[in-house]
Parts: sequence; structure tokens; C-alpha cells
Amino acid sequence: MSDRTDLLLSLADDELVLGWRNSEWTGIAPFLEEDVAFSSIAQNEIGHARALYELAAAELGTTADELAFDRTPEEYRCAPLVELRRLEWARTIARHWLYETADEIRLGELKTSEDPEIAGIAAKMNREEAYHRMHAEMWVDRLLSTDDGRSRLKEAVDELWPYALGVLDDELRPELRRRAEERLERKLAEVDAVPRGVHESELAELLEEMTSVRRSAPPGSQW
Amino acid sequence: MVTAHEVWEALAEIPDPEIPVISLVDLGVIKNVTIADGRVRIDFTPTFMGCPALETMQREMLAKVEGLGAEADVRVILDDSWSTDRISPEGRKKLRLAGFAPPPPRTAGKLELVQLQGNGFRCPYCSSTDTKLDNLFGPTPCRSIRYCNACRQPFEQFKTI
Repeated sequence: MSDRTDLLLSLADDELVLGWRNSEWTGIAPFLEEDVAFSSIAQNEIGHARALYELAAAELGTTADELAFDRTPEEYRCAPLVELRRLEWARTIARHWLYETADEIRLGELKTSEDPEIAGIAAKMNREEAYHRMHAEMWVDRLLSTDDGRSRLKEAVDELWPYALGVLDDELRPELRRRAEERLERKLAEVDAVPRGVHESELAELLEEMTSVRRSAPPGSQW
Repeated sequence: MVTAHEVWEALAEIPDPEIPVISLVDLGVIKNVTIADGRVRIDFTPTFMGCPALETMQREMLAKVEGLGAEADVRVILDDSWSTDRISPEGRKKLRLAGFAPPPPRTAGKLELVQLQGNGFRCPYCSSTDTKLDNLFGPTPCRSIRYCNACRQPFEQFKTI
């Protein structure tokens, strides 16, 4: 597999799995606005995943659906940050904000890629992600504005920080640290990143659920 | 043989699947129409990548060209060339009349939440700018929800992208 396909699949798997996790708030978010917000963000992320899978599928001679749904858990390239099941509000906001901050750094690099398809798709994704970032930053600021919120966010960010570093390649991690510390106005731990390629047990559970309808249909069914 | 002008006219009859008051041409998603070797090529720039209407739009375009007695290929262009700035003045007027506040123009710098929380957004019902952001996200990817303090009516605001 080429480096390009590997990159496309890493991006697509991040967006698909996080999109799925975001959609877990549909119907049960703390209030209606957030139900709508997380559902809409999920729809955007899964839309990005589809476009990225289509580019990868053209190289691999397969389809976006087969890449999204028919691989084994070990074949996924997503960062463990997006795999974690964290149906708790401060952790959800911490993951959302850490991911979107890392994603902005990554898309900023990809926008200048010499590969016109990758540069184009990164620029287009970035326009939509701007709304996700504003939403995430609004929530971080809201949590930081009370003692209770600040302490819950701190616990969640400290737990997820090694995972957040693992979203990015080595050379981009210092920029993530700089941006995160600037907003939180505190230092974050010097820790090893949880790298891609290692999977949390939650990924297999997620894929089991996500593909259950597809697996129940006769092979070759058209959707 | 069909001409590009005829194709544009036919495409202008296709309503947006989710906001049928405006056409695909008003929405600015058709970047180019070319005719070569007897086939029509439509360069299509999707709006939001997760929009479920994108496939319907493509099917409708193919059917319209078929109705002109020609065959078409739709080339999907995924880059930054579609923006809400591509919505035509006529399209913006139709949006407002249907109760959707049209998107403000793109700004040169980074889009900031504080701008969206400001009151530079006009209510499509009563034209007051005394409106506030209620939710960055709405019923479809392309819309936010605002509330008009003057006529006490929530309304859908097209996002700028």
C-alpha cells in the first residue's frame, strides 16, 4: 500500500470512527442544542470519511463502503483517541476539542500538499471543521469558567492527552502542545503518545455494532 | 447537438433537493459545462461533504441532460472552489423570501465565534438585525439557528463556508 493510501485511510478512519462516537449523543445529549450539534458534526465527519475512502478506493480498486465496513479491526488506522467510548460530558468535550485542534494542525499541513486532490479535499474539509472548532472552543471556555467545570475538564484532558498526541505525526506534536497549553493556561504532562496501530477494545465493539446491519444482508447487497 | 447554453438552462430548472426554492444554478454548485465528442461534461462542486442531497443532485443533472437527448458525465470536484459566495444574488433573494437568512460573505481572516455571536445578521421575517446565535448547528449541515429578538422568531441562517 502506498504512503498516500495509508494517509487517506488514517484520515478517513479517524473521521468515520469519531463521527460514529459523536452520533452516540443523538437523542441523549444534555439538551436539545447539543443533540443537534453532535448529530450535525457526526454527519460532517462521516461525509469527510466517505470522500477520503473514495479517493483511497480508486487506488485500491475497491469501494468506499468496503473500506468503511468490511475490514477487520486490526486493519483500521485510526488514532486510539477516537475509539474511546466516553459518554460523559467533560470527556466528550475534551476529546472533541483535542481532536479538532489536532485536526486543524494536520489539515493546515495537508492544504499545502503537492498532491492536488489531497490539498483540495483538505481545504474543503477545513471550511467545515472551522465550525466544529468554534463549537469545541466555546465549550472549553464554558467549562473553564466555573470551578466545577474546570476541575472536570482538567481530569478529562489529563486522561486523554497521550491519546491526543497520537493523532499527529511526531513533528506536529509540539504545535498541538503549544495551542492546548495556551487555551488551558497550564502545562500539560511530558508523556509518550499513544500511537496509531494499537487499538482499544472499544474499536472492535464499535465495528461490531456499526456493521451489524450490513453483515445481516446477503453478500453483494446494494445500499 | 445540444449546446452548453441549453444545458445550463435545463440545469437551472433543477431545484435544490432540500431547499427547493432555489435551483442548482442559483446555488452555484455547477462550475462548468463543456461539450466534447458528443458528450456533456458537468463539473460539480458539492456544498457540504456530508450533505445527503449530493447524490440526488447528480442523478437529477444526468436525467435533465438525458431529457435534452444527450448523455452526461458529472465530474465531482472536491476542493475549496465552492463557497457560499457562489450563491447568486437571485438565489439569495429567494432564500430570504423562503425564511432562510442568506450567508454573509466570506471574510479574509479566520472565522471567529465572536462574529457569529454579534448582531450583524438580519432576520428574514422582519429584517431586524437584533438577532442572536442560538446554535452553530441546525437541521442540515449548511444551517445555523438564530433567534430574532424583535419578532421573537427563531430562523435558519445559512452558514458561510
